[in-house]
Formats: sequence, C-alpha cells, structure tokens
Amino acid sequence: MKAFESKKRHNEIKEQLIKVCLITAASISILTTFGVLFSIIFEAIEFFQMRSFWYFISGTEWSPGVADSKFGALPIFSGTFIITLIAMAVALPIGLGSAIFMSEYASPKLRSKLKPLLEILAGIPTVVYGFFAAITVAPFIVNFFSMLGIQASFNSALASGIVMGIMIIPVISSLSDDVIRAVPDSQRKASLALGMTMSETIKHIVLPSALPGIISATILGISKALGETMIVVMAAGLRPNLSWNILEDMTTVTVRIVDALVGDHEFDSPDTLSAFALGLVLFIVTLILNVISVALIRKFKEKYKINTL
Amino acid sequence: MKNINNTNNNKNLSDNPFYDPSLTQRHKSARRFKIFTITCIAFALSFLVFFLGDMITKGLPAFQQSYMQIDVTYNDQTIASTRKAIDKKYRRIVSRAWLRNIPKMVQESPELMATTQSTWVLVNHQVDQYMKDHYYKIKNKELKIIEDMKAQGKIQLQFNSIFFTQGDSKIPENSGLKSSIIGSILTLLVTMVVAFPMGVMTAVYLEEFADDNRWTQFIEVNINNLAAIPSILFGLLGLAVFINLFGMPRSSPLVGGLTLALMTLPIIIVSSRAALRSVPDSIRQAGYGLGLTKVQVVQDHVIPLAFPGIMTGSIIGLAQAMGETAPLIIIGMIAFIPDSPGSIFEAATVMPAQIFTWAGMPERAYVERTAAGIMVLLSILISLNALAIILRKKFEVKW
Amino acid sequence: MTNNPDNSSNSTINGLTSQESPATKITVRKLNLYYGDNHALHNIDMDLYKNKITALIGPSGCGKSTFLRCLNRMNELINGVKVDGDVIIDGKNIYDKDVDEVSVRKRVGMVFQQPNPFPKSIYDNVSYAPLKHGIVKKGQICDELVEKSLLQAGLWDEVKDKLTQPGTSLSGGQQQRLCIARTIAVEPDVILMDEPTSALDPLSTEKIETLMLDLKEKYAIITVTHNMQQAGRVADYTAFFHMGDLIEYADTETIFINPGKKKTEDYITGRYG
Repeated sequence: MKAFESKKRHNEIKEQLIKVCLITAASISILTTFGVLFSIIFEAIEFFQMRSFWYFISGTEWSPGVADSKFGALPIFSGTFIITLIAMAVALPIGLGSAIFMSEYASPKLRSKLKPLLEILAGIPTVVYGFFAAITVAPFIVNFFSMLGIQASFNSALASGIVMGIMIIPVISSLSDDVIRAVPDSQRKASLALGMTMSETIKHIVLPSALPGIISATILGISKALGETMIVVMAAGLRPNLSWNILEDMTTVTVRIVDALVGDHEFDSPDTLSAFALGLVLFIVTLILNVISVALIRKFKEKYKINTL
Repeated sequence: MKNINNTNNNKNLSDNPFYDPSLTQRHKSARRFKIFTITCIAFALSFLVFFLGDMITKGLPAFQQSYMQIDVTYNDQTIASTRKAIDKKYRRIVSRAWLRNIPKMVQESPELMATTQSTWVLVNHQVDQYMKDHYYKIKNKELKIIEDMKAQGKIQLQFNSIFFTQGDSKIPENSGLKSSIIGSILTLLVTMVVAFPMGVMTAVYLEEFADDNRWTQFIEVNINNLAAIPSILFGLLGLAVFINLFGMPRSSPLVGGLTLALMTLPIIIVSSRAALRSVPDSIRQAGYGLGLTKVQVVQDHVIPLAFPGIMTGSIIGLAQAMGETAPLIIIGMIAFIPDSPGSIFEAATVMPAQIFTWAGMPERAYVERTAAGIMVLLSILISLNALAIILRKKFEVKW
Repeated sequence: MTNNPDNSSNSTINGLTSQESPATKITVRKLNLYYGDNHALHNIDMDLYKNKITALIGPSGCGKSTFLRCLNRMNELINGVKVDGDVIIDGKNIYDKDVDEVSVRKRVGMVFQQPNPFPKSIYDNVSYAPLKHGIVKKGQICDELVEKSLLQAGLWDEVKDKLTQPGTSLSGGQQQRLCIARTIAVEPDVILMDEPTSALDPLSTEKIETLMLDLKEKYAIITVTHNMQQAGRVADYTAFFHMGDLIEYADTETIFINPGKKKTEDYITGRYG
C-alpha cells in the first residue's frame, strides 16, 4: 500500500513539473510581445529626451546625419499613408472581387483550385516583390508616363504601392471569401425567391451581411501595408517628401527605420534612435488596427454563431 | 441569355406572361457584375503567371556562364603575377577572379607546373553579358577578338556551377549562393530548435490544460497580436535585446534564428492548436477510462495523433521564416559574406538577404543572378509547401 | 388559358375525383427531375388551382419539397439538377427557353421552413424587393405598400411602431409572417410554402394557418407539410408523394377519409412516415 502511494506522489510531482514547463512556454509569447514593446519604448524614450516629441509628430523636415539634424516625421507619415492608400486601391477591389467570384459564382471544384493559387501570392517573399517592383514595374511606369509627356520617378510611390497591393490581394480575398461563405444560404434563397438576380442578391443581401468581416480583412490589409518593408526599401525612395504626387519618390516609416539602422552609426545617437521612435508609432498603429479587426470578426461570428473563422 | 429581347418574335411576347422588359437592364447589370468578379481573379492570376514568367526569363541565363578556350601558362612567374599567365590581348576578357585562382589550382594539381595548357577559362561579366545578348560595355578591340573566338567555337556558355559553389563576391561572374544557403540553413536550424518545442508546448497547454481564466485569455490575445506585429519590429527587438542587451554577435545566425523564432511562434501555435482540437474527445475519454493521468493521455495518445497537423503547420511556418528579410537586415545579416559561416556565432547572410544585396548592385550582370537566386528560393519554398500539403493529405484522418 | 387542355385524361391519371372544376393556375405535365444520376421525381402530372390551398404530404425524402421548388425554378440553384417536362403557368411553360427564371420567381413567391428575414429593418425587409423590381418608388407609395403587405400578413398591429428595428429582433412566428409579408409585397400570383410552420410553436402555427386561409382569397397557395392535421385543417386539395411518385391527388376530404390507394391509407393512418 505504501509503495503504491509513494509511486503516486512521484507521478504527481512529474505531472506538476510538466505542467509548469507548459505554462512557462505559453508565457514566452507574452514575454515576446512585451519584449518588443519595451525594447522599442525604452529606446524611443531616449530619443525623445534628446529631441522634441511635438516636432517629431508635426515637423516637416527630416534631416538626420547633419550637424543641425531635424526629426520632423510628417513627410514620412504622409508617404506611408499615400503608398498604403495606393496599395489598398489595388488590393481591395481585386481581392473582394476575387472573393465574390470564388464564394458565389465558382463551383466548389474550381474554388478549391483557385484559392491555393491566390495564396501563392501571399507566400512569395517580400524581397522578391521588391525586386519585381524595382526592376520591372518602376521602369514600366516611367516609360508609360513619359509617353504621355509626364515625368515619373524611378522610385515612384505608384510602383511600390501597386506591387504592395498585389501582395495584399490574398489577405483580402482569403478572409472575405471565408466571411462571405459564412453568410447563411437561407438569405440568398430568400432574396432569389423574391425574384432578385444573383448580383442584386450579392450586392444588397450578402455583402451587407458580410460587411464586418470584409472591413476586418481590409484593416488587416492596411496594417500589413503599413508594416511592409522590403518592397518600399527596394522600390520607394529615401527622400521624405510631403507631396500628393504619386509619381514622385516618397519614403515610408519602414524605409527610414532600415536606413537609420543599417550602416555604422553610433547606437546612442539620435540618428539611430529615431528608428525606434518611428517603430513605436508603427507598433501602436498596427496594434490598434489589429484590435479593431479582431473585434469586428468576433461581432460577425456572434451574429451568425460561427466558430470556424 | 435567358431573357428575350428581340423584336422578331413579337408574337411569342404577347402570349408570354413572364415577359418583363425591365429585367433586360437588370440582367445586363448582373452580367457586368459577374464579369467584374471574373476580371478581378483573372487579373490576380495573370499577375502570378506574368511575375513567374518574368523571373524565369530574367533568371534562366544565370544558370549558364561564358567560358573561353585559351592557352594558359603555369610557371613561377605567372604564379607571382597571374595576369601574365595568359596572352596580353585576353587580359580584358578573362575574369580577374579566375586568374587570382591560378596559384591555388597549381597547388592542387602540381603536374600543371611549367606547362602551357589549352584551358576553358572563365570570362568577365561584360563578355558574359555580350554572349547572352544583354547590355554590355566592351571596347572594340576586345569585341573583335571575342567575335573571332565565337566564330571558332572557342567561347561558349557552359553550366554555371560557380553559382552554387561560391559565396558572394564583388566580381559578378564569381558570385554564388553557397554562403547564403548555408547561412539560411544555420539560421532556420536555430529558429526551429527554439520555436518548434515552444510553440507545441504552448499549444498543448492552451488546448489541453489551461482553464478558461483571465490569464489564458490574456495569452491568447497576445498570440493574436504577436502575429500582427510587422516583421521589421522584431528586428528592432533583436537589435535592442539580443545584440545590445545580451551581447550576442551581430549578423550571426544565432540572433537571426532567435528573431525569426519569435515571429514563427504564433504560426506554429495556431496550427498546433487546430491539430490538437481535431483529435476527438473520445480518444481522451478512452485514455481516462484506462486510468491514465492527463499528462499520459496527452503525451501518449493526443500528441501522436495530432502530430502530422503540427508538422504541417511547422513546415509552413518554416517556409515563411525562410523568406523573411526585413528583421534580418536590422540585425545586420546583409553584410558582405564571401565565405560560408562555420557556426551559428559567425557573421552570415541568408538567401533573401543575398537577393536583396544583389538587387542593389550597379552591374547589369547581377540582375540575372538576383532573378536566379529568386528562382532557387521560390523552388525551395514551393517544395516546402508541397511537402506540407502531402503530409496533410497522407495523414488526414476523418473522425 | 384558364381552362385545362386535357382535363379529362388528367382526372384519371391523378385520380382527382373532384366534381367541381376550379380554375387551374398551374398545369404540370410529365415532370421528371434528376439530381445527377438520382431520378428524384417521376413523371408527375398535376393541376394546381387558383384560390385554393394545395397541401403536399409524404414521408421525408419523397420529393415533395423538390417538386415545390420546381414550381418557381429554385432547383436550378442546386448543382447538377436536370428538369424535364412542363410546368405551365397561365398558359406558358416556365421551363421554355424564352422564360426568365427571375420573372418566374417574381410571380411565384416562396416562404421557407426556417423564417429567414434579412438582417435589415422590418420596413426594408418588405420594401426591398418591390423597390428593386420597380413596383414602387421610395416615398409614400412604398410606405403604403409596406403597410398593406404587413396588414395582409396580420403583422401590422404588432410592428407598426418599430418598423426601423431589425427583422431578426422579432419572435419566430412574427419573423415567418414578416417573410410572408415580404413575399406578398412583390404581388405574386402563387405562393409556395415549404413547411412554413415546422419551426414554430403551436400558437404561431395557428396564426399562420389562419393567415393562409385569408390569403387564398387572392392567391394560389401550395404548401408542403409534415403535419397531417395541418393539411386537414387548411388544405382544399392534398397530394401524397412517395419515393418521387405522385401516388394520389384529390380533395382533402377524399384523401383523409376515403383514400384510393393502399399506400396513402397506410401513410395517413401512420403505418410509416
């Protein structure tokens, strides 16, 4: 009897030990998130001790590396915003249109072939898109506009925006397709039985029902565009440029982060630390976007009581 | 066209109670909408085709390299000054990298000493580009020689083994992928050693052991957010924590691997949880029925059944880590690395970073090498994804 | 084309022994339906009448709902369905090439088993289709149509103060009446009902049944039901389907009291179901 008990206790200790290991592993993910947050925050604070926070978010001149260096990030934000806008103008209609085709018009067999094909686009490394943008798309845009008598930069916002948009198509199409398919079939039948055409049913019944999910996909796409680095590093410019002309070169937050950290700067100089200030902005914005996106999807799931998304 | 709209069958119209002229317009708009959606997906797919075609046409030439057959003299004098090993008129044609290699060649095969051999010699990148009908910059005098040699068949394209056996180089014709492939392997090794066990353990904890309390929910929200953090910010973490705080060597596969591991973690966790969830509860209950403890049931029955799913997710995570560039640039893995790294502590570069470096080179000869590097990288990624799909298909169990 | 072209032969085929001869709305001839290789409906011949309620009964999978969906071409939405034969409404075969299925569905409304209001306001639920069809324009006329439809569906008094609330906020029975109002608003000739009360409680069921009796003054109603008592209560005619065959079709009294076929009798008396 005694042997039996002691064996049991031995087992219990072992079980407890394994559980502790598992909890520790699970907590690493939290550690990582906070690691990212704090490593950025500390360096960013250091930066703002040297430079004005107010000028950082409202100043229009970004000139690191000179004696009288200035860090006004407004032109960087505007460049990021414009390139993201171009990317979404490409990705949203094409991604949504593809999703509607796959979920509403294509046979299940065709759909099962199309979806993985589209997802190949998501699997292509961004450095490859960057090369494509710089070597194929950018010269094409320059040639095209010079034929119209308009001068475009080889580092135009348009080139990197378009290629970024293509990269984001599967983000939009994949999630939208799932959401559109989750709209109950009874809704479609009801509308068709009232004598509506297929496209009227999609536009007036299916899409409004799927709207929270589609918005969520869009937000995810925006967040991806904001954080995308390689395409803009390779195809967009370095020059902070406060302009609406998408044929000019522009720079983005990610480009300036890379530029500040590549090369031999002293780590404690404001030049280097500015990368962390920009990183902090990027972190906060993408985090907020993600939280909104998750909340919207949850709302959609509760509405239709779906657990598969 | 299901609707009738012709005037020539007016007779039928009058006794067709379902004729409704207003529908013509609505059907037209319905058709336009459908065509719009087809156009969208056709555009996305044709882009894919165009893009792959573009990469292949740009990259294929790089798998061949031009060589020229000339007499090479091996003696003490030429070893001391390698440019004297060949006829003066070929000096602007032959690759400097090849000439630099002469002493090593003689060392490896001493019988070459004091002989003159007719040898296939690597030519420089301008001549190579000329041979491939690309843009070139060659003086007329040399151009004439090349054309003569070409007519005699003494200059030709051969398989480019250098591309796979050499590391990076500032001389285009001498640069290859080898050091970056080894760098990638070392980096991913670190990534998987860290991310795989941690990811699986987290998934097991969340799926099998965790109570639905605030702490668990907090972890879940965190994992979700972790997946949404832009990759470049992980580079900032790697730089600030691994390099500056822990003092790990900059540019090393160790730091790169750890950084990528943190990025890969959410992918592995999410797919492992899905795999664990797909194991039916009846298996667990059967285990408890036999008097097994929870740990035993999970360890001996649930995890083995979920393993193919876990592997599939991990391979997909691995493929994603393999294509990642931005965070590795931040931690310095774009340094010029001609020699392959010997350990995870040495400076190294990875394949996507190598592609990035080549893409920024001014010489035209690097364009085809960049595209060829992309072809190699994409083939590896496609193989990995195909492997994941095969694994899933093979072990797919319908409960 | 209100009279039936071959009424005499029809009555012998279908065993329809009715003396009176109500106006025929739909004439079905030699209707066959295939789901891929599965022959789901065999040679159905049937006449359906104006201002009458016809109930389709039979065990699960007998083809009664499939048949119902043939009457407004909803089967075409299912992949691999092939229909041949004639469904003649007002003298025109709705499967003719020159007939638009959208126009058919406009004239042959349908109410489903599960109440399926759109996630829009009550008002929009009713006005959606008429607006799109161009029956009414936004404004007072539309308001009047919505009121009229809801009144007919017996829902007006319950919802007149909350027309802007979502249709999904109503109770199950109210939702189903909203679906009926939505169907009426398009001004169809025929209303198909696919087990309209099977998801509802007895009280709501009673309301729907009363409503059906009111509605038959204006429309031809064809309803599928699992509930024998319901068929007995509301239907003028009843058709019994079994394994894709129309076994017997007669006025409801005959079917329930004096069925002509053994199979019908067995089903009615509950020997299988």
